[in-house]
Amino acid sequence: MSDDLRSILLEQVERLLSDRSGPDLLRAVERGEWPAALWEEAEALGLPHALVPEAMGGAGLGWDDAVAVWQVLGRHGAPLPLAGGMAAAALLAVGGIAPPAGPIALAVPGEALAWGRRAEHAVTATGGEVALHLLSGAARQEGRSLIGREPADHVALGEPLARVALPPGCGPEAALLAGALLHAAQIAGALEAVLGMTVEYASTRRQFGRPIGGFQAVQQLLAQAAGEVAAAGVAAAHAGRAAARRGLAGGAFEIACAKVVAGEAAGRVAAIAHQVHAAMGFTDEHPLHLFTRRLWSWRDACGAERVWARRIGAEALARGGAALWPDLTAREEEARP
Amino acid sequence: MVGLRFDLRDTPADAPALRAELRAFLAEAGRHWSPMVRAYSWMGFDREFSREVGRRGWIGMTWPRAYGGGERSAMERYVVLEEMLAAGAPVGAHWIGDRQSGPLILRLGTEDQRREFLPRIARGELAFAIGLSEPDSGSDLASLRSRAEKVPGGWRINGRKVWTTNAHRCDFMIALLRTSPVADPKLKHQGLSQFLVDLRASGIAIRPIPDLVGEEGFNEITLDDVFVPDAMLVGEEGRGWEQATAELAFERAGPERYLSSLPLLIAALDDLRAEPAAPEAVGRLLARAATLRQMSLSVAGMLQEGRTPAREAALVKDVGNDYEQALPEAVRDLTDPARTPEEVREMLGITTMVARSYSLRGGTREILRGIIARQLGLR
Repeated sequence: MSDDLRSILLEQVERLLSDRSGPDLLRAVERGEWPAALWEEAEALGLPHALVPEAMGGAGLGWDDAVAVWQVLGRHGAPLPLAGGMAAAALLAVGGIAPPAGPIALAVPGEALAWGRRAEHAVTATGGEVALHLLSGAARQEGRSLIGREPADHVALGEPLARVALPPGCGPEAALLAGALLHAAQIAGALEAVLGMTVEYASTRRQFGRPIGGFQAVQQLLAQAAGEVAAAGVAAAHAGRAAARRGLAGGAFEIACAKVVAGEAAGRVAAIAHQVHAAMGFTDEHPLHLFTRRLWSWRDACGAERVWARRIGAEALARGGAALWPDLTAREEEARP
Repeated sequence: MVGLRFDLRDTPADAPALRAELRAFLAEAGRHWSPMVRAYSWMGFDREFSREVGRRGWIGMTWPRAYGGGERSAMERYVVLEEMLAAGAPVGAHWIGDRQSGPLILRLGTEDQRREFLPRIARGELAFAIGLSEPDSGSDLASLRSRAEKVPGGWRINGRKVWTTNAHRCDFMIALLRTSPVADPKLKHQGLSQFLVDLRASGIAIRPIPDLVGEEGFNEITLDDVFVPDAMLVGEEGRGWEQATAELAFERAGPERYLSSLPLLIAALDDLRAEPAAPEAVGRLLARAATLRQMSLSVAGMLQEGRTPAREAALVKDVGNDYEQALPEAVRDLTDPARTPEEVREMLGITTMVARSYSLRGGTREILRGIIARQLGLR
């Protein structure tokens, strides 16, 4: 997608969420209220099928564009299960299955389905195959994520409506990789929101006759947070670019890196944000926790830092010290557009 | 991120070929580098090595051919830098000239200065030191007191510079000096100027300051009535602060701000295989390295476009310094001394000691975070 089109799309998504989302909506979501109006507008923009090729009725966005959209989504607390739906539609399309309309849940092995109660379909993508499941009528147990309090349901998936082989570039863990990528991107966006809120608070809250952001102790913390936020954003964008160029499996290393770096940043930045907001940020009334709880939840989704770090670390150890640096540079340079 | 963007950049199309050439050269040149050499990395000083690097066209790569440069892209130069650092090459004899003194002369120097200095830097023959810090002026650099007074035909310099890395081995120093006194401390950024100072001139005494590692890396320079000809003023008289600040963007922007300790991980990796905690710890280090590399490339891309990404460079240096300091601690956590070869243990020990300098040199952590806080609108 051209840079111009991309920035227009990102602007549209940003405007939609600025207008429609906010603390009230995030609280409503946590009570299990479906954000119907927002979903309809997202559909009107063609977002659910944005990663589907134009020939199949989508917007033809790549994984790199998707990361940019998901980051905007995360900046607003991701009030609707759009990211997983976009990834699910993309995987169906890669397998040649026309994605159905309506909310689609991305089924990642071992994870509950985001908004499984509202999704009409679910998509699995493991073992090199993608399958489309009908959810209406399926047995389900409704719940919500422990810390994030986002609707997350366990649904029994029966026989699929369709099942096809994925191209080799997707690998045997396409759903997991897509899920890790989208959570890294949403974390990167939510971190921006948390940093913005914290800087704003530090600039307005006054103690000892001046804004607390005027104190070096607070400035140093916020500067450190800014570094983490920037790192998470770069890691997510890097992973998106790798997946766009080399497929999800080809970008597995970068996706792992993104999930590790974003997950580490989530913990560190949330800690700093709460320290600066002090007791005010510990209240239910203040919106900070709507974002920090999502950060703590998303860093555990689709593999925590530990999981992805072990995977790339074990691979590096097996390859040995002499290969460490050449491997790091070669991934970038082997497959160019 | 609040006002700062880090767009991804690709390494140049010829990067694989360039890397192959560098790796072959470094494998041969580095056969006998001790753990000390590799751990000291870009603070190490080896003129013969630098001359060889110059012969191969890897110094001043982006400068015009007329001044001995290679007219290659900033991103090609970046590839050369990161390969040198990953190998722990002793690049100190040309690093400063290539990174900041040369570019400063190219941008602001006179035609005579360019012709005199740049080709010799590019050949690896002329080593530069950075004359910024003074005994009483570290982070508060603009409070510096060393001064240059106008005399017929030139300037007379008096004062002291300190922490000048490798100055006792270098040929020239670009010194920031006060050329007009200011009464009001708030105006201390005015009245400063930069000069090319020949370190062999009369009136200069250089005293190495042994460091905690046991090396003589940095120095104190005493300037006692040193005469510097008019032709050695760099840029504009009185604009030294702006010039030096722009120079700091170059100083802080490079891959040496996150790669200083990577040679240790490369050397130690094979011996960590039996350690159960190694996969996770190594994976975390690797994830950060891959990310910092993209951040660093992003800043290099901004330099390529002729921008001065001072704030972006400060942020990447801060995150990078944290990383390169955390690395030896992580390796230590995984290392069983009884099962670790002598060479790796030695490198771990030296890197542990050298690592303290990472968040001090080129702007302390606190100064960098102050710059970032200003970007955030907090000051």
